[in-house]
Amino acid sequence: MVTESEEGRRDFLLLATSAVGAAGVAGAAWPFIKSWSPSSDVLSQATTEVDISSLAEGQMITVPWQGKPVFVVHRTVTQIELARKDDTKSLPDPAKDADRVKRPEFLVLLALCPHLGCVPQPIGTGNYGGFLCPCHGSHYDTSGRIRQGPSPRNLQVPYYEFKDEKTLVIGKATV
Amino acid sequence: MSKIMEWVDARLPVTALLKSQATEYPTPKNLNYWWNFGSLALFVLIIMIASGLFLAMHYKADANQSFDVVEHIMRDVHFGWLLRYLHANGASFFFVVVYIHILRGMYYGSYRKPREILWWFGVTLFLIMMGTAFMGYVLPWGQMSYWGAAVITNLMSAIPLIGEDLVVWIWGGFAVGDPTLNRFFALHFLLPLVIFGLAILHLWALHAVHSNNPVGIDLDEEKDCIPFHPYYTIKDLYGMGVFLIVFCAVVFFVPNLFLEPDNYIPANPMQTPAHIVPEWYFLPFYAILRSIDFLGPFSKLAGVVAMIGAIAILFILPFLDRSPVRCFRYRPLSRQLFWIFVVDCFLLGWVGYNPADAVTLDGALPLTVVGRTGTAIYFGYFVLLWVITAFDIEKHSPVPKSI
Repeated sequence: MVTESEEGRRDFLLLATSAVGAAGVAGAAWPFIKSWSPSSDVLSQATTEVDISSLAEGQMITVPWQGKPVFVVHRTVTQIELARKDDTKSLPDPAKDADRVKRPEFLVLLALCPHLGCVPQPIGTGNYGGFLCPCHGSHYDTSGRIRQGPSPRNLQVPYYEFKDEKTLVIGKATV
Repeated sequence: MSKIMEWVDARLPVTALLKSQATEYPTPKNLNYWWNFGSLALFVLIIMIASGLFLAMHYKADANQSFDVVEHIMRDVHFGWLLRYLHANGASFFFVVVYIHILRGMYYGSYRKPREILWWFGVTLFLIMMGTAFMGYVLPWGQMSYWGAAVITNLMSAIPLIGEDLVVWIWGGFAVGDPTLNRFFALHFLLPLVIFGLAILHLWALHAVHSNNPVGIDLDEEKDCIPFHPYYTIKDLYGMGVFLIVFCAVVFFVPNLFLEPDNYIPANPMQTPAHIVPEWYFLPFYAILRSIDFLGPFSKLAGVVAMIGAIAILFILPFLDRSPVRCFRYRPLSRQLFWIFVVDCFLLGWVGYNPADAVTLDGALPLTVVGRTGTAIYFGYFVLLWVITAFDIEKHSPVPKSI
């Protein structure tokens, strides 16, 4: 015969054992889950250096950064003016051109459409003088701002700095 | 021989199991050819596991090698071309068979009480199969592989708050790359075995409640059923023969019928092909994803939710259909809805195949409008099926008492 107090004791033991077991499984699962995160060697490739001395006005290059394409555009005066003029227009994702560049002549953009990650075509292919994403028809202007199409946001500006007059460093070293 | 079986049966009742579940398993005598597609799906799964296992013995999952190694299989490995074409086309045929199998269940009411759990195992199998097919398509590491993977994994980024981090976690980097390819290969190897296990549970659930039948009524086991062997073993074999004729015709004469030419270009993370299309079996769902484009900043999330919802809604189908009759033969309104639904799936497939923005029908009808209408009809099927059955709007015709 099992008394009532013994039954309560057994319920408690069962619950406690299950709880400890569940916590143990959850803890043991963590290393497996975490193993999917970018590994140290991937993280160590966090920055890319670009020599921009040979990039003439009106030229654009695509450089790989963390396995992703980055557009570096040496903008013409017209392109800069066009971007600044549109600052006051009503934009889906409002941003001033001045806030999107460190030196107005160099536009640095993560060349992945915020819609679903396709690579847009070079500057001059879209309406508004900028970039066209071929996958689902998003148009970006000469500052990489979204103007037309399904993309919810502007082309992202990655973290970058000018190491000296002719060297651009894209990305920030991560630990 | 009988001595050996006696020895075995005393320890493991093999003969009894075969008798009750296979040879003498009572099967409705009125099953039509639409009931062939369940065993056909198992047959294709075996073809896929066999060809896949031997492909894996030659394949290398490495962003720098995978594209070349697939061409090595095609050109250098003895019968490598056959293994690959069996496997690549097998995926397409698997979906053909499974889509027919699902639609058969929907038409004859096979999802209805008491077969809900059987149906849920089936929908789960379908979901895992889609995941497996998607990851398998990434392995040749061509342009479509790469950008298909990029677009589909990017869907995850629509999830609020954790989306962006989740995508990086799935990639194992900051873009689709070598780590992604490796884990997809590992999962692509594992999941078919999960599918096999679930298929056994699917069969267990079937054998617990027995097959539905074209009349959709509960049957008398004595009067209306016949043993599975030899009646349905021979019928299933016949179906496999017909299947193999069509399958081999494609494998040997038009093996690239379902493959995109762009996937014979090595993956290039720096350039997207002008027109990305998923494999044909994902097209209707892709069209649903793209058709939600009128909600501004919420379009992306809403599109993803609609796409997942298009499959998830199958889980609650057993509860949406409230008709006292299972089979659509005796349900005139449901039957019409069903055929509209089938045509709509093809329409959505066509929409998904075409570029989202450019194409119009003779210039008058934007494709997005067709896509939105198709999406509305797709979900409308489930809503209307509930409305006409829950509120007794449908008057069913007389149902036979027996077969």
